[in-house]
Amino acid sequence: MHTKTEGSFSREPVVIKTEALTRKYGKISAVDSMNLEVKEGEIFGLLGPNGAGKTTLISMLCTILKPTSGRAWVNGFDIVKEPGKVRKSIGIVFQAPSVDDLLTGLENLQMHNLLFGVPREIRKQRIQEVLSIVNLEKRADDLVNTYSGGMRRRLELARGIMHHPKILFLDEPTLGLDPQTREHIWEYISDLAVKECMTVMLTTHYMEEAESLCDRIAIIDYGKIVVLDSPSELKNQIVTDVVKLKPRIPDTEELKKLEYVRKIEEKDGLLYISIKDASKHLQDLLTHTGPIDFVEVRSGTLNDVFMHYTGREIREAEAEGGFWERMMKK
Amino acid sequence: MSEIEGIYAIWLREAKIYMREKERVISSIVSPLLWIFAFGAGVGSTIETVQGYSYQIFIYPGIVVMTVLFASLFYGVYIIWDRKLDFLKEVLVAPVSRASVFAGKVLGGATDAMIQVVFLLIIGLFISVPLTPIVIINAFLMLLLISIAMVSIGLVIGANLKSPEGFTLVINFVMWPMFFFSGALFPVSNLSGWLSVVTFINPLTYGVDAVRGIILGPHQFPIFLDVAMMLLFSLIAMSIGVLSFRRM
Ligand SMILES: Nc1ncnc2c1ncn2[C@@H]1O[C@H](COP(=O)(O)OP(=O)(O)O)[C@@H](O)[C@H]1O
Ligand SMILES: [Mg+2]
Repeated sequence: MHTKTEGSFSREPVVIKTEALTRKYGKISAVDSMNLEVKEGEIFGLLGPNGAGKTTLISMLCTILKPTSGRAWVNGFDIVKEPGKVRKSIGIVFQAPSVDDLLTGLENLQMHNLLFGVPREIRKQRIQEVLSIVNLEKRADDLVNTYSGGMRRRLELARGIMHHPKILFLDEPTLGLDPQTREHIWEYISDLAVKECMTVMLTTHYMEEAESLCDRIAIIDYGKIVVLDSPSELKNQIVTDVVKLKPRIPDTEELKKLEYVRKIEEKDGLLYISIKDASKHLQDLLTHTGPIDFVEVRSGTLNDVFMHYTGREIREAEAEGGFWERMMKK
Repeated sequence: MSEIEGIYAIWLREAKIYMREKERVISSIVSPLLWIFAFGAGVGSTIETVQGYSYQIFIYPGIVVMTVLFASLFYGVYIIWDRKLDFLKEVLVAPVSRASVFAGKVLGGATDAMIQVVFLLIIGLFISVPLTPIVIINAFLMLLLISIAMVSIGLVIGANLKSPEGFTLVINFVMWPMFFFSGALFPVSNLSGWLSVVTFINPLTYGVDAVRGIILGPHQFPIFLDVAMMLLFSLIAMSIGVLSFRRM
């Protein structure tokens, strides 16, 4: 499928593009002159601490928030000049709960079908399909105000993917879900991404999720992109795995000469060797250490990348608070 | 086609929610009952007749219009709640025009009000208001037109405010003057000076006049003028409403 694209970036189907996109709240730039390109079929992750500007960016791209300056195109359509066409191309799961309490799960989905113009013949089938994915078939006829927080989230996900959008935005979609459901949902989404050539832009605080799912990740802080690359590249560049071992004959001089070794620390007769890509270099490393009594490997994570660039840690426990706080307030 | 389905979807949601919020239905029926029986009968006992009708019958059309006015204007507050709880985002991000979203909401609000009208018409039969089938149909249509105009105003105010408290404040400044100077409680033909000017620029004056004319007979303006003024007023309110929704 070919998308309508603007001028210079028409060679590869770029489905989301921003040019110096900015949104200010008073003096704060929630999104600060952001330049971004997302290609068709990509699963693109936005990673950043609370208040980094992820929700603001997504709100602009899905046309419910006007940029202060800059431009952006979604599916080739200008988000300010052609919001109607943008909306026809997208699905979204908002960070804050947005299902209707006084309707049943089924009624919420039926309403969505009508609003998003799903053809009459396939409505029933689509509803069945998504209900089974999020495992809500048995509760479909209950009012949403009897659902738990996790069930509401699943309903919203079902709704977001039901009309098979070309581009799917997910703002903290799996926050507060149990691991099993998370896995289930991601499986379906990556499946759908391939089958329907759907592009996904998501924000998440779960590092493992971003790591295993996303083709590329943009780390954002204070409304700016700090770094953008594939998870493996990001890890390769910055992250080191740490090999902890106890050699019979400690000789750090030779080890320091190895090109993949970054840093060596010695403590209580143990060596902590930071190396690039342990899975590749461990064997070779051990040939240089001589006989050892003990070895342990700790793999670096994307969290280290995050730390490296922002100097802070993303803590899942604090993640966005928003969702649960809002649920409790109701 | 898809725009019509969008309007239908929004209307259906509003209708379902209305029926499920029992307090909404009950409170909106109790207050007009009090007006008819407590106020109408109470004040009526000290007044002989107005224009040949008992006071209770005389104010009946005014009470029906009042019910429509209150229910319709107050409906605008739900848009604020929807927005506070983020339900509205789902609708705002849907590929239906804001005009359709507005239309769906207007129909939803008018449905709320008209359900109450049906109830009041039934009561009217019991207190021997002269209601023939043709009167009922005409009154119903006129009240629908009034409701559409007033829901539109309520939505305009709701779309431009952020808090339900602010809404209540603003709506009181709109609703009470509109109601008191509409001729719903006393005939406006007796007024003089600046009060009569207020009644002439009050759109509800024409609504009350039309509904009273349809139900009881006496009226101040020709019916076509009443309808024309109400239509004009609705169109203005709806245009502002669509603009307000576009900016949401
Ligand atoms: N409606 C608003 N009014 C004022 N400031 C806002 C508003 N929405 C977001 N912000 C600010 O913009 C910044 C980015 O917020 P947000 O996009 O929600 O971040 P994230 O989703 O990454 O947590 C924060 O500093 C936040 O306080
Ligand atoms: Mg956010």
